[in-house]
Amino acid sequence: MKIPFSYIFRNLWTRKLTTTLTAAGMGLVVFVFAAVLMMDAGLKKTMVGTGTLDNVLAIRTGVETEIQSSITRDQAGLLEAMPQVARSKAGEPMISKETLVLISLIKSGQEKGSNVVVRGVSPMGIALRPQVTLVQGRMFRSGASELVVGRNINGQFDGAEIGQTLRFAQREWTIVGVFDGGGSAFDSEMWGDVEQLMQAFRRLNYSSVILKLAQAESFDPLLKEIAADVRLTIDAKREQIFYEDQSRALSLFISILGNVLTVIFSIGAIIGAAITMYSSVAMRTAEIGTLRALGFRRPSILAAFLGESLLLGLVGGLAGLFFATFLQAITISTLNFQSFSQLAFSFTLTPKIVAQTLLFSMLMGFVGGFLPALRAARMKIVDSLRAA
Amino acid sequence: MSDTLVEIKNLAKSYTRGDQDVPVLRDITLNIERGDFISLMGPSGSGKSTLLNLIAGIDKPTGGILRIDGEDISKLSEGELADWRASNIGFIFQFYNLMPVLTAYENVELPLLLTNLSRSERRERIEMTLNMVGLSDRMDHYPNELSGGQQQRVAIARAIVTDPTILVCDEPTGDLDKQSASDVLNMLKELNSTLGKTIIMVTHDAHAAEAARRIVVLEKGELLGEGV
Repeated sequence: MKIPFSYIFRNLWTRKLTTTLTAAGMGLVVFVFAAVLMMDAGLKKTMVGTGTLDNVLAIRTGVETEIQSSITRDQAGLLEAMPQVARSKAGEPMISKETLVLISLIKSGQEKGSNVVVRGVSPMGIALRPQVTLVQGRMFRSGASELVVGRNINGQFDGAEIGQTLRFAQREWTIVGVFDGGGSAFDSEMWGDVEQLMQAFRRLNYSSVILKLAQAESFDPLLKEIAADVRLTIDAKREQIFYEDQSRALSLFISILGNVLTVIFSIGAIIGAAITMYSSVAMRTAEIGTLRALGFRRPSILAAFLGESLLLGLVGGLAGLFFATFLQAITISTLNFQSFSQLAFSFTLTPKIVAQTLLFSMLMGFVGGFLPALRAARMKIVDSLRAA
Repeated sequence: MSDTLVEIKNLAKSYTRGDQDVPVLRDITLNIERGDFISLMGPSGSGKSTLLNLIAGIDKPTGGILRIDGEDISKLSEGELADWRASNIGFIFQFYNLMPVLTAYENVELPLLLTNLSRSERRERIEMTLNMVGLSDRMDHYPNELSGGQQQRVAIARAIVTDPTILVCDEPTGDLDKQSASDVLNMLKELNSTLGKTIIMVTHDAHAAEAARRIVVLEKGELLGEGV
């Protein structure tokens, strides 16, 4: 393009108010677009971070969630004996038989109850989750009606703080510690001793079994072994994949809702950009004629005006993105449709989202600016010069 | 031996309005020598600006022959015509037509951006040209920081910076006070006499027309006659 960038930039700068208002409109759309992507990325990060690379999660065939699943003690025992399961230094199989129940708790300051996951874990279950660290109090004791709560539960629900007690399954459960799940879905759970929880809820079967693979490549042989044993009506998935699948429905919901909002808003922003650019073309008709007379060709004029609207889009995009970065400080808590439990996650900004957002804002600029730029490029020189 | 730069023979231009043909120029025959300075005069609607536009290659005739330096410019494609204008024509307009967001230096640089000159070569030419029009101390000024006369001098610098063959001037003094108009006319005369630029100027002003070597008068789209 031969028309200098300074001409493009300064023309936008000269019309400060119009440029600011149009860019603000685009920035608002970009903000919504970025927020949706950040929400989705935060959700995925939380769910994927819940799984560990060489952990395998086993649930009953045909179900999708741990809540729906049931694994007998015999089945758990068969899994425990498999050679693909890693052994601890003491020679114990690195496997955790777990139970999951949902209880309804009242959110602080609200009257409505929300479902919270209570996970019964064995001591090995804690060792299998290296991302989980105790940040306050102490770990629950085996054989005691004690619970530790994730950092997104602590203080968010009535009775969920250290020293307080919760009553469910006809028992009083004392909160003895707070753990940090490293941004994973465990942050939205409460953990207790698996045997105590099974007794309290009168359960005979586990919900799921988590095991650590002896070697990363042991996964396929493990699947084959499970498939070969008719007693094992079990589906095994890598833990990360399992939790990623758990977020699919919520992720889809966020994407659809966000995209619908973004499309509706973006139509408004594109029309705004088009009006701005049409008025810019109308105000500069004589300039267009002069540039053409000097020897600039139609494509140069097209490129100059398109460049201006792309720049307008970029300014809006950067503004929207700037405000979207502040969302990272916010953690939202919502119902995960698949597990029917509360899940807290943060807005997460990734380089991919930055690139997608800026491309989207420039696309709005391009769409809004194309027809005005085409009009500018198609003007007859003689007619445009008459506008002087 | 004559050295004809612009050869116009039976030139016609008409516009279509609805389903009617409206003739603007009829049967114009005129030769302009290299190094000439010619004033095109006539009342409004006489077709003088249309003739200037045709010679400048920003409009196309509907009939007749228009050769400039031996080249029939009516046969050039739109893109070729744009390149031809960039290297052969310098424009001076009544209202200067400077880009308000560019400085005097940048305005003069515009036509040079269409050449292959390097940045330092462009700088050298721009500084020399602005110096010629007496504005070397106003290079970084924007048009709204300059008087009308100074703006027209920037426009003259922009017109001559590429060293074009022909300068086409459409009422170059029409928006200027007496003193500035006189300065501009003197500058045009200087460009014609010392640099040998061929100048074709449209004007209403008889005093301005006297700056030219020849005056050509048009009326109702026809050539009425010429004087010296």
